Amino acid sequence: MLGQLSISLASLNVTTMAPMLIAVVGALAILSIDLFKEGLHKSLYVMISLLFLLLDLGALIDFGNIFLHSGTVVGMFNMMLMDGLSILSQIIIVAVSMLFIPLALTSKRFHEYDYPEYFALFLFMIAGFQFMVATDNLILIFVGLETASLALYTLIALHNRSKSFEAAIKYFTMGALAAGFFAFGSMIFYALTGSVEIHEIAMHLVGSGYANIGFVLLAVLFLLAAIGFKISMVPFHTWTPDVYEGSSAALAGYMSIVPKIAGFIVAMRLFEFLVHTGVVWLQVVLYVIVVVTMTAANIWALVQTDVKRMLAYSSISHAGFVMAAILIGTTQSNSALFLYWALFSFTNLGAFSMLWVNRQKNLLPGQNTDHPYEKFSGMIRTMPMAAVVMGLFMLSLTGIPPFALFWGKLYIIGSAVSAHYLGLALIMALNSAISAYYYLKLIVFMFMKDPVKGYGQEILLNASLSLKTIIGIAAVGTIFAVVAINPLLNIITLFVYNSGY
Amino acid sequence: MQEHILSILIFFPALAAMLGFVIHKDSARAYGITVAAIEFVLSLVLWQWYNPLGGMQFMEMAPLISAFGISYLVGVDGISLFIIILSTFFTLIGIASLTEKRRIKDLIITLLFLEMTMVGVFASLDAILFYVFWELSLVPMLYIIGAWGGPLRIYASIKFFLYTFTGSLVMLVGMLYMAYLYHMATGSWSFSLLEWYRLQLPLEYQLWLFAAFFLGFAIKVPMFPFHTWLPYAHGQAPTIGSVILAAVLLKMGTYAFVRFSLPLFPDASVAFMFPIAILAIIMIVYTAMVAYAQEDIKQVVAYSSVSHMGVIVLGTFSLNVEGISGSVFLMIAHGVVSGALFLLVGVIYDRRHTKMMSEFGGLASVMPRYATIFGIMMMASVGLPLTINFVGEFLSLLGFYKQSHAYTLVAGTAIIVGAIYMLSAYKKAFFGNVTKEENRTLKDVNGTELLGLVPLVIVAIWLGVYPKPVLEPINNSVKAVVQLMHDKAQTVEAKERIPDLTHSTQEAH
Repeated sequence: MLGQLSISLASLNVTTMAPMLIAVVGALAILSIDLFKEGLHKSLYVMISLLFLLLDLGALIDFGNIFLHSGTVVGMFNMMLMDGLSILSQIIIVAVSMLFIPLALTSKRFHEYDYPEYFALFLFMIAGFQFMVATDNLILIFVGLETASLALYTLIALHNRSKSFEAAIKYFTMGALAAGFFAFGSMIFYALTGSVEIHEIAMHLVGSGYANIGFVLLAVLFLLAAIGFKISMVPFHTWTPDVYEGSSAALAGYMSIVPKIAGFIVAMRLFEFLVHTGVVWLQVVLYVIVVVTMTAANIWALVQTDVKRMLAYSSISHAGFVMAAILIGTTQSNSALFLYWALFSFTNLGAFSMLWVNRQKNLLPGQNTDHPYEKFSGMIRTMPMAAVVMGLFMLSLTGIPPFALFWGKLYIIGSAVSAHYLGLALIMALNSAISAYYYLKLIVFMFMKDPVKGYGQEILLNASLSLKTIIGIAAVGTIFAVVAINPLLNIITLFVYNSGY
Repeated sequence: MQEHILSILIFFPALAAMLGFVIHKDSARAYGITVAAIEFVLSLVLWQWYNPLGGMQFMEMAPLISAFGISYLVGVDGISLFIIILSTFFTLIGIASLTEKRRIKDLIITLLFLEMTMVGVFASLDAILFYVFWELSLVPMLYIIGAWGGPLRIYASIKFFLYTFTGSLVMLVGMLYMAYLYHMATGSWSFSLLEWYRLQLPLEYQLWLFAAFFLGFAIKVPMFPFHTWLPYAHGQAPTIGSVILAAVLLKMGTYAFVRFSLPLFPDASVAFMFPIAILAIIMIVYTAMVAYAQEDIKQVVAYSSVSHMGVIVLGTFSLNVEGISGSVFLMIAHGVVSGALFLLVGVIYDRRHTKMMSEFGGLASVMPRYATIFGIMMMASVGLPLTINFVGEFLSLLGFYKQSHAYTLVAGTAIIVGAIYMLSAYKKAFFGNVTKEENRTLKDVNGTELLGLVPLVIVAIWLGVYPKPVLEPINNSVKAVVQLMHDKAQTVEAKERIPDLTHSTQEAH
């Protein structure tokens, strides 16, 4: 049969799937180990996951080299697409995952890490995200998205608290809706163009001169809603704070970074040609959504009383910031997106890890949420180092130079200015100023107020060596980002430019 | 060492601050004084090596983010040299006369970090590097006000931070646009000021960019109507915070006018000259009136400090050598005088824990040395001839007189009338009978306090009598700025308003 279809194995280019398959094999390995011997300590699974992720990363770097020498690689009937975007985003996904997984090694015992399935699901999820970014086929994107999301829902629910179940269910129902939207949007595009590959859709639409513009817009609207859910754009963001609150701080930090970069890549592939078609309506909608996401999320963040919820809203706002790069749609802005997100990963992972370190088993009387501001009150007296490090992450999120995120903001605003989006640049700048207030609020609590009784012994409960290491890496990355910007920027620009974005 | 002196000056305090974490808290003050003294000596060495006739000196350059044209580029000329010395001087004096007892080690470390940012701002010749230090300076000050301040300290510190931060973000957009224009013109990215100086922009761009930069600088100065954060900041800040804020941090704004706004946008500077002059005059008159109405002696000093900042702005925007030199000199003078006044207020606050003038009266008989020093500094503040402020104020007004007689007349009168509030405050606090029993036993200034105050008195009188060693290097560098502005100016009005120095020297000879 194969002979008759005359497909050689070489033309399939199976290696394009190697990075994802490594993750999948890793997951299967963890499951098989559990099959033979139960009740092994979580550190084993953490290390196995790390090893497989390392292999994954190695494969990606290899692809990076291939890309630099001979350009984009396609495989599996053009399903797999290893261009600059997919390689860069996969590197971010895998690298952040590697920083995240050691957070499981807390000094206190948490229910979810006793299941080897947790780590298997985690690796499956990574494979899903990798599939999602490494294709421009809408169906494969959908499959990747759903694989990753279903795994993620389960990971949230495993945190075994009533709020976690609530979060998982909420995320699941919302996610199901988004999946439906995505399917609808793809269906309309397929009906219009007879293809599910984004570049063919683009070619067909341009060729027909955007006949049936009404249907195109409808499809775009559906897809926008679907992606909007995943990257938490206002007004599709409502799940975010609740889900973050319900999941463990570590997982919440992870959710604020990895699923979103995958979403951004899909958005970039999809909207890149749409923004440049001159369909004013689409630009306006995107513009409005970007501005509203940035601003509204900032204002909601102002009134939060819990640090984790504040960080949830702040990450929505940052997502809006980055969406602006897609709206601008120049090579510079697309590079800025990657730079911003790489730097944001460091800082935000650090901030959420600090919350994770301070996680209590039981709430104090009168305490409603896990991380109220009062908990951090006067931390400079009780835990000076921790306070300084947390303050550092907050300053970086505010965009105070020379800390990491400032350079991302600088470059993204710079790209807006260069593309003559001066209004947008000013809005972004002013939003940074608004956001300063709620980040400073935490600094005020930590540095300028007196400690609140009762919280003192709850702080730094979880600080095992591996957690401290991760926070240390994040802090060093945040402080000394400036030396890494230039090489990073050169590589990113090279990759983005050569991918045609 | 000579070629790296600026980098040493910038990063030595930061390094020392990091090592300071291991110092025991009882020795923190001694450590701080040592570090600040070394830094001050280094800055004097810088002055020693500086060639008063030359332009930009001790330049260092290292690419930072070459893909986007950002580099580590530092250098000094006559304009920045003395403000750098002022910063190191006041850090030393501030730490030496520190009476704070609470968490002294944290305070010393914070002050040393602050010193790094201050020197960095004045030495930077790359816009982004400048911005980095500019923003970073907010953080230590936020902490100083917020942690050691009065009862409303948190409100005051947040207000201070948000106000300045917002303004500077708009400025950042302006900087990015400037870099983009440079990119359009030359094809490469650069944030180097020296490169930007060569760019001749159309008037319309100049106006917008000027406005963007202006917002950032004006909030820092603070110019009317952006001054509302300052009374809170001064009112709540501890003595050391007020001293550094008034003496150095406010100068960042006026310095930036001279360094950025004037040479980059000469036509826009001329176009905005009178609107800004009006704001400056309102600032002088209005804050003087507000100062007169204050009950709190620290607020009087705070508002008078704002009022004098108005004269600096006026001098800067006279756009000629006399005015700008005068305003740069007045920056130094204002730093010395208002810094000293805040120290003096701190002295009495330490003794009585109140700053209300009604609580005092007749202090001259109880604390004669204190009253003398306060008197000298107050006289310097109102611009008595042969004191440091007089030179600066006179030159600033002279400069603006060449642009408009009427405005200068109003401003000059306002300054003279402004003496009233200082004198009346002095009268209320120092003369008459001792009205409060608890004031009878007040101790006069002690050795530690004299250590800080006496050098300031000496400087205030020395530079008032013989300003030449400082004024001459300033003058030479200002000439270069004015000539650059004249050469770049495009509109007819700008060519007229900004003097051509090559031409006028020919005439003179």
